[in-house]
Amino acid sequence: MSEQIAGRSGFTPAYLDRVGSSFTDFLGATAPDLLPGRRPLPAVSAADLAPHGTTIVAATYDGGVLMGGDRRATMGNLISSRDIEKVYAADSWSVIGIAGAAGIAIEMVRLYQVELEHYEKIEGMTLSLDGKANRLAAMIRGNLGAAMQGLAVVPLFAGYDLDAAEGARAGRIFSYDVTGGNYEERGYASVGSGSLFARGSLKKTWRPGLSAEAATRSLVEALYDAADDDSATGGPDAVRRLYPIVYRVDAEGAVRLSDTEVAEVAAAITADRSAGAENREA
Amino acid sequence: MTMPYYASAEQVMRDRSEYARKGISRGRSVVVLTYSGGVLLIAENPSSTLHKVGEIYDRIGFAAVGRYSEFESLRVAGVRLADVRGYSYNRRDVTGRVVANAYAQTLGSIFTEQMKPFEVELCVAEVGATSEADQLYRLTFDGSVVDEPDFVVMGGQAEAVSAHLREHFRPGVELREALEVGVAALSAASASTQANGGEHTTLPAEQLEVAVLDRARPKRTFRRITGGALRTLLGPGAPEAPVSEAPASVAPATEDTPAPAAPTEPAPGTPPGLGDPGAPDTAGGVDPDPGTPA
Repeated sequence: MSEQIAGRSGFTPAYLDRVGSSFTDFLGATAPDLLPGRRPLPAVSAADLAPHGTTIVAATYDGGVLMGGDRRATMGNLISSRDIEKVYAADSWSVIGIAGAAGIAIEMVRLYQVELEHYEKIEGMTLSLDGKANRLAAMIRGNLGAAMQGLAVVPLFAGYDLDAAEGARAGRIFSYDVTGGNYEERGYASVGSGSLFARGSLKKTWRPGLSAEAATRSLVEALYDAADDDSATGGPDAVRRLYPIVYRVDAEGAVRLSDTEVAEVAAAITADRSAGAENREA
Repeated sequence: MTMPYYASAEQVMRDRSEYARKGISRGRSVVVLTYSGGVLLIAENPSSTLHKVGEIYDRIGFAAVGRYSEFESLRVAGVRLADVRGYSYNRRDVTGRVVANAYAQTLGSIFTEQMKPFEVELCVAEVGATSEADQLYRLTFDGSVVDEPDFVVMGGQAEAVSAHLREHFRPGVELREALEVGVAALSAASASTQANGGEHTTLPAEQLEVAVLDRARPKRTFRRITGGALRTLLGPGAPEAPVSEAPASVAPATEDTPAPAAPTEPAPGTPPGLGDPGAPDTAGGVDPDPGTPA
C-alpha cells in the first residue's frame, strides 16, 4: 500500500480523479483487497470457526432513538467473548449495531464509519439519513457470498434525521436482511439470535411517545428477556460488572450511556422481577 | 516547415515557474499560524462554499491558494490518502509528513513532466499534543516542501502579509489575539480594503474563511468558525452573540475513548464540524468555563 501511495510520482491518477465521494468505491478501485466483500471464499461453511455476535435492539422515543446490544459472542456452543461491543456510533447522529460473524461485522462497521466521515470531508456536508441507510445496504449486499458460507452479517441502523419535517418523528430505525434488503421499522426493531424474544418483550413494554428513561428501561428489559431464553445472548453480569451497551441519539447527537446508568436500569429490572417472583410464592 | 527549436531545461523551468507564480499572485492570500491551543487557518475568501481551507484528517488541516480546481483535486487526494492509511493501519498512523510528502511528489512530477504546472501553493498543518509538536508544511508549485515555524503565508500579497506578520506575530498567544494579528496582516495587504478607500480597515467576517485545528478536541480537531461566532471573536464592535459550544464533529467510540464527547446544542440541519452560520462558537478562545484548556 505505502509504496503505491508515496511512490516517486506521488498520488496515483485514481487519487487525483475528482469523481466520487465514496470511500468504499475508491477502495474498490485502488485497494480492493481491503474491502470485506472482495475476498475469495472457501467452498465449505465457516460458520463455527468464527465468533458470532447476537442480539441488538433499537427503539424510538419522543426525542430520538435508542439502540442497545448484549455483550456476548459465541462460537458454536462456547462463549467466545463476554465483553464484546456490538453497538457503535456511525457518526455524530447515527448508530449501528451488528449481529452475525463478529470479525466481518466489526470490519464493516469500521469501513462504514470511514465511509461517512470521508463523504463529509469531501463534500463538506453529511449524507442524509436515508443516504446513510442505503450505503449500508450496499455494503451488506457485497457480503452475500460470505453470508452463504455461514458468515452472515446483519446490522441494525438508527439515527436522528436532521432533515425531518416539523412534527415528524426524527428518530428512525432501519433493519436489513443478508441480501442487503433495507426496511424502515416503526417504533422498535431487533436482530440476532435472541431477536424473537426481544421483539416479544418490546411489543409489551414499548409504546409510542415514551420518555428516554422509559424507553431505556424497555430496551434493557428486552435484552434481559432475550438472554432469558436465548443461550447466545448474555444478560446483565453484575459479577463482572458487564452491562449492555446502550446508545442514545437525539437532537444533540449520539452518546453512549455510561455503564453506571445502564447498571442502574438493569438492577431495577432484576429487583422488580425478583420481587414479582417472591409475590407469586407468597 | 516549422523548425524544431531548442530551449534549455533552465529556460523551460524558469518559464514554468514564472507562469505558476503569476497565476498564484493574482489570488487572495491565506495565513496559517499557530496559537496556544492549536493552529489557526485564515483565508480571505468571499465565497462560503468554495473553500480554501479544509480538513484532511483528525489532526491535519489543509489550506491553499491558486487555481481552485487544481487545489481541490489535491485536497481530495489528501483526504483519500489519509483515510486509506487510517483505515488500513490506525488513525494514529496518519501524519502530516506523509500527506505533505505525497503532495510534494505529485507537485514535483507535474511541474517537471507536464506542459502546464499546477498554479497552487499549499499548506499542510498538523496540530500536535503540545505546541512544540505543531507542524506547518508549505508546499510550492514545483514540489518543494518547507517546514515552517510559527506561520505560513501564501498567495498574491504574500510578501506584504508576511512582513506585517513578522512584525506583529508572537508565538503562543490566545486564539483571539492570533486571529486579530492574522486578520490585520491580511487586511494590510488586501486589495479589497485598499479599494474601499478606507471604508473599513480590516476585512469583515463575510470576507474571511476561518478554521482551527483545536488541540483540546478529541479525535477530529478541525472546526470552522463561521457567522456570529467569527464576528464575536473578531472584535468588540461586532454584534455580541451568546457563547456556547458548537456541534462537535463525528466522534465514534474507539478503544480508548469509550464515551464520545457529547455534541451540545447543534442546530438541526448542521453538518458536524461545520457549524451553522448563525450559531455561536467559542472555538476554545472565549469559553466561559475556565477549566477548559484553551
